[in-house]
Amino acid sequence: MATVDDVIPEGESPDSVSDPRRRDFLNIAAVAFPATAGAVAVIIPLINQMNPSADVLAESTTTVDLSKIQPGQGVITTFRKQPLFVRSLTPKEIAEANAVPLSELRDPETLEKRTQPGHENWLITLGVCTHLGCIPLGINEGDNRGKFGGYFCPCHGSQYDTAGRIRQGPAPKNLFVPPYKFTSPTAILVG
Amino acid sequence: MSFPWANHYEPKQPLMRWLDEKLPLPRLAYNAVGAGYPVPRNLNYFWNFGVLAGAALAIQIITGIVLAMHFHSDAATAFSSVNGTIMRDVNAGWFLRYVHANGASMFFIVVYIHIFRGLYYGSYKAPREMVWLLGVVIFLLMMATAFMGYVIVWGQMSFWGAQVITGFFSAIPGVGETIRIWLLGGYAPDDAALNRFFSLHYLLPFVIAAVIILHIWALHIPGSNNPTGIDVKGEQDTVPFHPYYTAKDGFGLGVYLLLFAALVFFFPDALGHPDNYIPANPLQTPAHIVPEWYFWPFYAILRSFTSDFILPAKLWGVLAMFGSILLLFFLPWLDGSPIRSNKYRPQARIAFWVLVLDVLILGYCGGSPADPFYVILAQVCSAYYFLHFLVILPWIARTERPVPLPNSITEAVLGTTAAAH
Repeated sequence: MATVDDVIPEGESPDSVSDPRRRDFLNIAAVAFPATAGAVAVIIPLINQMNPSADVLAESTTTVDLSKIQPGQGVITTFRKQPLFVRSLTPKEIAEANAVPLSELRDPETLEKRTQPGHENWLITLGVCTHLGCIPLGINEGDNRGKFGGYFCPCHGSQYDTAGRIRQGPAPKNLFVPPYKFTSPTAILVG
Repeated sequence: MSFPWANHYEPKQPLMRWLDEKLPLPRLAYNAVGAGYPVPRNLNYFWNFGVLAGAALAIQIITGIVLAMHFHSDAATAFSSVNGTIMRDVNAGWFLRYVHANGASMFFIVVYIHIFRGLYYGSYKAPREMVWLLGVVIFLLMMATAFMGYVIVWGQMSFWGAQVITGFFSAIPGVGETIRIWLLGGYAPDDAALNRFFSLHYLLPFVIAAVIILHIWALHIPGSNNPTGIDVKGEQDTVPFHPYYTAKDGFGLGVYLLLFAALVFFFPDALGHPDNYIPANPLQTPAHIVPEWYFWPFYAILRSFTSDFILPAKLWGVLAMFGSILLLFFLPWLDGSPIRSNKYRPQARIAFWVLVLDVLILGYCGGSPADPFYVILAQVCSAYYFLHFLVILPWIARTERPVPLPNSITEAVLGTTAAAH
């Protein structure tokens, strides 16, 4: 059925009408553009719903009491449902970590940079191997601490030193140091 | 579609005629898997495995739907709902669960044979490239479905498998960690991950069923390949699918179900990992994380990269693992030989069997601890895998002198004299 939209003006043969005509652009502008915008507006919440929800984010801080941890000991606790290693380094372990030249490291960082000023003996890291997410050994007494006296991942053999830095094996990065602050000399708030 | 001599659907009963006018579904079935689909007369038992894969999917969907009626997708109770409620309390729950768990393994056994059948007889070549491409899509969907199904049981291997597999995405430079957290809906596998995996584990089998319909549709345009790989030349080269191949597939299905039943009733845990009978513990990693056996070859490729080279080793591993499957999408164009069946390709045939051995060794390495010996063996075999598809196969296609082909399928089956009559 001929409508205003597709009627051919007088004096023009069907062949001479250029395609698309100006009216088609109006249709495209009026329909396609808002439809695309609407589709995008609907897709955003559909994708964003998969991000961590408010209840997951609400668990995103952890308080750790350090008063019972003796030098050379460590505890394993959780931060954001992931294992958190809290370790009190001995002076010997600190010296070992500081003796390593940065050029030897895969992910160069000093122990000083990985701890808080004045609290260099407290090494707080996630207990998640940066290779594929296993929990390294070494936080508990009697664990295999690997060649460098820090942590050893049994899954694929990554070895970390006393500053939690990757020294050997497939892991690409040092053990992650989460954001934390000392709320008192013997307590930290992680997250 | 199909050949001009195909039988025509002619409903005789008034009810069937009435139905044919309103909704020609019986006609569709007749032309797809009935007497209206002419199939080469010389198919061997390796051609059973397409139908067996369809049966395996049907078994998974049926047992899966009923298991979902009893499963709790909650991190606190998922494990006990499977290993307590379903295995001990639900009527015949142990049977349904073991059929579903072993059914996944049987599905992969069948699909791997189906894939290697296609590789040996050149079923991926023109004019069946689209059949092959859709098959690779189905394989990828199957892997995702099987992985998520293994995770939602929420045992130790489930949990740590989820941790390791989602950890792959953190290898992506820059946005990797954000993507990993988005996939999990948290910082580690937990309720959010479990529920979305369950949702997708329920959805994807139906997506697989849809892609299978496309796979069969694409197959029916040129018609089935056959062990000689040569084209159908005339009516004498084919027989109707029904009753000839419904009977042959039916027999194969019986044998398949016998083996399946033997696995379910006598060795129900043979293919599983004992650690998955330990509830998921986010604070303890199993000493030796392994995926299910059907992922071992790919897991071996993942672990083969141990030192950085421009990109981090971890990213190389992930790229190689996905690459080993994505490579299959290019296979129809990598193998330039016009001869389909390896029966007439003496060099390609040797390369095929070396590839089979290579994949088996990769699988063995993937299931073994990451000791230096297995890592080196896996590195050699991974390199060979890529070499096979990217160098050896294209090279053989250029240089090989094939054995003379028979003139027709009928000649191959009955000999020259019979075909002359």
